[in-house]
Order: sequence, then structure tokens, then C-alpha cells
Amino acid sequence: MVTKISPARDYLLFGVFAIAVLTMPVWLAPIGAGYPDLLQKFAIFGLFATGFNLLFGLTGYLSFGHAAFLGVGSYTAVWSFKLLGMNPIPAAILAVVTSGVFALAIGYVSLRRSGIYFSILTLAFAQMSYNLAYSVLTPITNGETGLRVLESDPRLFDSSANADGPLISNLFGIEMTGYAGFYFCAVVLLIGFFIAQRIFRSPFGIMLRAVKTNQNRMNYTGLNPRPYTLAAFVISGMYAGLAGALMCITDPLAGAERMQWTASGEVVLMTILGGAGTLLGPILGAALIKYFENIFSAFNEQTLHEAFSFLPDFLEYPVVSVAGLFVGEGWHLTLGVLFMLIVIFLPGGIMEGVSRIGRLFRRSSSKVEPSGATAPAE
Amino acid sequence: MDVILLQLLNGLDKGGAYALIALGLTLIFGTLGVVNFAHGALFMLGAFCAVSFNALLGLDVVTVDETQTTAWGTPLEVRTPYVEAYLGDFGAWILNYSVPVSILIAIPVMLLVGFIMERGLIKHFYKRAHADQILVTFGLAIVLQEIIKSIYGANPIPQAAPVAVRGAADIGALFGFDPGVIVYPYWRMVYLAFAGVMIAGVFAFLQFTTFGMVVRAGMADRDTVGLLGINIERRFTIVFAIAAVVAGLAGVMYTPILPPDYHMGMDFLVLSFVVVVVGGMGSLSGAVLAGFLLGILQSFASMNEVKAIFPGIDQIIIYLVAVIVLLVRPRGLMGRKGVMEN
Repeated sequence: MVTKISPARDYLLFGVFAIAVLTMPVWLAPIGAGYPDLLQKFAIFGLFATGFNLLFGLTGYLSFGHAAFLGVGSYTAVWSFKLLGMNPIPAAILAVVTSGVFALAIGYVSLRRSGIYFSILTLAFAQMSYNLAYSVLTPITNGETGLRVLESDPRLFDSSANADGPLISNLFGIEMTGYAGFYFCAVVLLIGFFIAQRIFRSPFGIMLRAVKTNQNRMNYTGLNPRPYTLAAFVISGMYAGLAGALMCITDPLAGAERMQWTASGEVVLMTILGGAGTLLGPILGAALIKYFENIFSAFNEQTLHEAFSFLPDFLEYPVVSVAGLFVGEGWHLTLGVLFMLIVIFLPGGIMEGVSRIGRLFRRSSSKVEPSGATAPAE
Repeated sequence: MDVILLQLLNGLDKGGAYALIALGLTLIFGTLGVVNFAHGALFMLGAFCAVSFNALLGLDVVTVDETQTTAWGTPLEVRTPYVEAYLGDFGAWILNYSVPVSILIAIPVMLLVGFIMERGLIKHFYKRAHADQILVTFGLAIVLQEIIKSIYGANPIPQAAPVAVRGAADIGALFGFDPGVIVYPYWRMVYLAFAGVMIAGVFAFLQFTTFGMVVRAGMADRDTVGLLGINIERRFTIVFAIAAVVAGLAGVMYTPILPPDYHMGMDFLVLSFVVVVVGGMGSLSGAVLAGFLLGILQSFASMNEVKAIFPGIDQIIIYLVAVIVLLVRPRGLMGRKGVMEN
């Protein structure tokens, strides 16, 4: 499974990825995704899915409670804004630390079991956190209203600054909205991607793959897998916490609905759609889902009639009414159908599809140029 | 004492719903080895069978009664449901008993749904990893609930219990407590009895019929049963359909207690999975026991006295119990050795 990949190729992959991410506003503009709000989402959910993939893709442990870490990260970031000031860097660092501690506690308990028990335990913990955030922890989380930064908050380090206008996170004077916010998220995503890449190639990453491949055999060789899986769980929780912090950095508001288990399901879908266990897949999956969510939710009957106006009238109305189920409010239906189709027909996700097509090409061209075939980077 | 008794009763009907869903989940898991995340959606589909039946019955014809006038002086328009107009008293009776009567509709519908689901989708996932099964059924659950949402909208649709069992009984007075202390709605009693009958029926079916014997043998050792020349796959299809019916009927009868909306399935599913895990994966009696146990625990936890000591305990008690049980007794209360050890 694990093919030897030279460091030079890794740096090349990272370089290409970095350029692709940083130039997203340019090359995504023609397909209508070149505006900062959506690009921020790409970066944030890409980071979230990358972290989830470190756990699920490498060790095969399917966590259904990752949204809890996202929520913890969000709350921590907003509290950091409230107490320390609007600088995103302490917010991000604190969010990583708290979500890491949180993940350590949950992981320590959940990882005593594997398989479906693990999924249900993580789900139980996430639901517990969600319910608590909604009810008893209201002093900390502000319950249903959601936690926001107020003018009256102490904000120790910049209480005088930003006295007028809405409170927006700013990095030494640069407000974290629009493209500035996107570039901040993009840089964090690149750092996260680089770390994930290092983990994939490290002996630690290989150990995690060993857990996925055959945990029994690992036990027999005298290795205890639990420290490795726990480390993977905590790292992956930290990624989720960081993603949650980024959400608040671009929009300083944290709500409990971020912790709901449907949110956990969404990140699972992103990872699977792109390809679990690959480096680029989860980011691709996250971007695709957020992109289509944006497009599909914006459709309404009017736009559908325009889109299908080339059909004869007797066909147009049925087609529009069927298609209408899948767009706008019905975006979740599309998501569910997509989910099923991917799991049924392409369990390896888009990356597997790409490499399948790549293999087809190579087979047909291998007669001409036997040594020129290149292994896909991932 | 009376407070405790009241909470015990309150917990029982919720426990009954958990037990019925968990029973189906365990049945499917024990026989097919499939983790069905769409089981809550089956519960919801059942509930919406009752809603559809009621909506269908509610279609009415408008007749103008010339002898009476409204406050504005126009002739009074009387709306009579078609069933009542054509069937007279019997129609009115059906309208009144629409929830229990819709069981008759729900059974064939749920059988069909279960059959299609198993043959069309689940069958192809026997050999795949549990993670894949979870994911594909999770996707299916989303699809089903979104379809229901697009038909019936997002708001809960209340269903009325029959007039005869609409009130509440003063149970406390029967046992010598002060009147008015322990008041328990009749419909919840009906639900409890119904849950008991369903559970007993499933157990009797598995215990006393040849079919049930084969299914139990298949749960214990699937390969050997196959080697004996029994077409175990076909039996399992029927088991899946039965589990779907059990979940569906649990949903039908639950509608007067909780107005159904499209995400009720998901809400119950998460809890039912916890119930299955607490009871022990693959143990039917464990699922029933844990269902009632957790229902009662939840109702005790929502007492004000308890909440005063542990704030928020009512929100998390079930999950807390699940975590503790999984750590102390990893196989659950009545789990068998060798089922899902990894």
C-alpha cells in the first residue's frame, strides 16, 4: 500500500498545493466561487477534513463526534476574544490547546473500544457536549443565542481599540474579513496540510496505517496500538478545534449547533467524498461540498425554469418539479443521495476515481513508453 | 414514593419506544450483521403512515346547509369528510380511531419498505466494512427524512388519540395515594401495552416457530446454517422486513404522544443505538431491558429534585450510562461473547 515517495516529490506536491490554494480567488472566479466568504469556508472545512482524515483515513477509526471539537474550538476562540482581545493568534493557539485536552479526555475513554463501539462512544460524547452546551453550560456558551463578543467585555490587550463599529477579529490592524480573512485561513490550512503530510510520511503515520490494516497482528508483534491511536485522535481533535477557531476568527460568533452530530456526519462525508486516507482528497471533498451547497442552495424554481427552458413545455414542468426537490431547501437530499452513491460505487472517493482513470491511461500508453509512467503523488 | 412511582410510569412509555426500535436494530444486527443507521428513519416512516392515513381520511366535501346561516347571514357550509359522508357512523368511527387503524396500513407499507431496502441496498453491504454500512445507511436516513420533509414540511403534525382514551387516569387513587398525584394518560397505557404485546410477539415468533428457530440458529452461526442447506439469505430478508414493521408500528402508535416531524427518527436513532450498546450487541432481551431501563432513568433524571443536585443530568444521563457500561462491562448488560469483539 505505502509506496515510497521521495522527499523532493513531496515538496513539489506541497508547492503546487500552496500555489493552488493561494491563487484560488483567481482560478475559482470563473465558476462563481471567487468570493471570500466561500473561499474561507473551503479553507476552514478543508482543515477540518484533513484533521478528521488523520484519524479515519490512517487508523480506520470512524469518529461520529468530531463536531464536538469544532464547537469547543469555537467557544474557546470567542472567549479568547472576549478576555484577551481580538487578535486571532492567541485565539487559535488557545483553541488548539483546549480542544486537544478535550480530545485527550474523550479519546482516552473512547479508544478502549474499537469498531462500531468506538463510533457510538464518540457519538455519545458529542451529543453529551451538545446537550450540555445548550442547557447547563449556558453561562459559558450562552445557550441557544450563541456566544458573541460584546463591547463591554474586558479584552485586556485592546480594550481601547475598535471602540466603534462591529467587533471584528484583527491581526495587528488587519481585519480578518474578506480576502484578508481568507488568506489567514489559507495560511493556517497550508501549515495544517504540511504537518499532515509529514505525519503521513513519518514512522508514526506508518504505525497508524498498521493499526488500520491489522490491529491483531500489531498486538502480536508486541506493539501497543493505543498510544498511537490516542495521539492520532488528539491531533485530529486539535485540527478540528483550529478549524472551529478559524470560523470564529472570520465571524466572531459561536453556537451549539456546530456540535450537533449532523455536523460530524458532514465532515465524514467530505472525507469519504474526496477519498479517505489520501492527503488531497479530504480538502477536495470539503471544497466540493461547500461549493455545491452554495450553488444548490441558491437555486429556486425561477432559476430552474430558466435552466431547463430548452426543453419542450410538457417536459419542462415535470423536470423542474423533480429537480426542485434537490435544490434550495432540499440541498440535504442531494447530500444524502451523494453520500449513498459515493459509498456504494466509489468507496475510495474521488481520489480513487482519479487514480483509476490514471491507471487506464497508463495501461494504454505503457506500450509506447514503459518507463515514463509516474506514480500518483498520493 | 408517589413521585417515584409517577416517574417510573413516565419512563415506561418512552422506554417502550426505545425498546421496540432497539429490538429491531438488534435483530438486524444479530442476523444480517449490518449496522442500520436508517432504523430511526423507519420509525419516522411508520409515524408518517399514520399522518398520511389521517390526512387521507380528512379529505372533505363541502355541502351548503340552507336551513342554517352563519353570523354573516350566508348559508352555513358544512365540511364532511368523505369517509363520513359515504360510510356514515362507521366512517366517523374510523376517523376517531385513525391512529390505531393506520396500523393496518403501516404493516404492508413497512413490509414493502423493509423488503425493498434489504434487497435493493443492504444486501450488497453484507461483506463490506461496518464503517461502510454505517455510512450508507446514514445517507439513506438523510434521504428518507428529506423526502418526508419535502412532502409534509418541517413542522410537527399532531395526531389525536381516539376520544375514548384521550384523557388521563388517576392511577394514584387506585393504590390509595391522594387523588390527583399520580395522573397517567390513557394513551400512554395503551402504548405500554402495545409495546409489551409487540415485544412478546417478536420473542414468541423467534422462540416457538420453525422460522424463528432457523433465524436464531443463523444468529448463532450463520455459516453452519447455510451449510445445512437452508437459504438463510431469504430468511434474513424477512427478518429485516419484520424489524422494519416493528419500528414502523412503534412510530405509528407514538404519534399521539409526540407529534411527528421529519427528524424524529434521527433523535430516536441515536438513543436507540445507545440502548443497543448498553443492552449488549446481538442480545434481544438485553435490548428490551436496556430500553426500559434507560427510559426510566431518563425520566428520573428529569425530576426537579435530581436536577437540583446534578444540573443538566437529564440531558446526558443516557450517554453517561452508556459510557460507564461500555467501560465496565464492554459487552453490555447481556451481550454474548464473540459478537463484535473488535
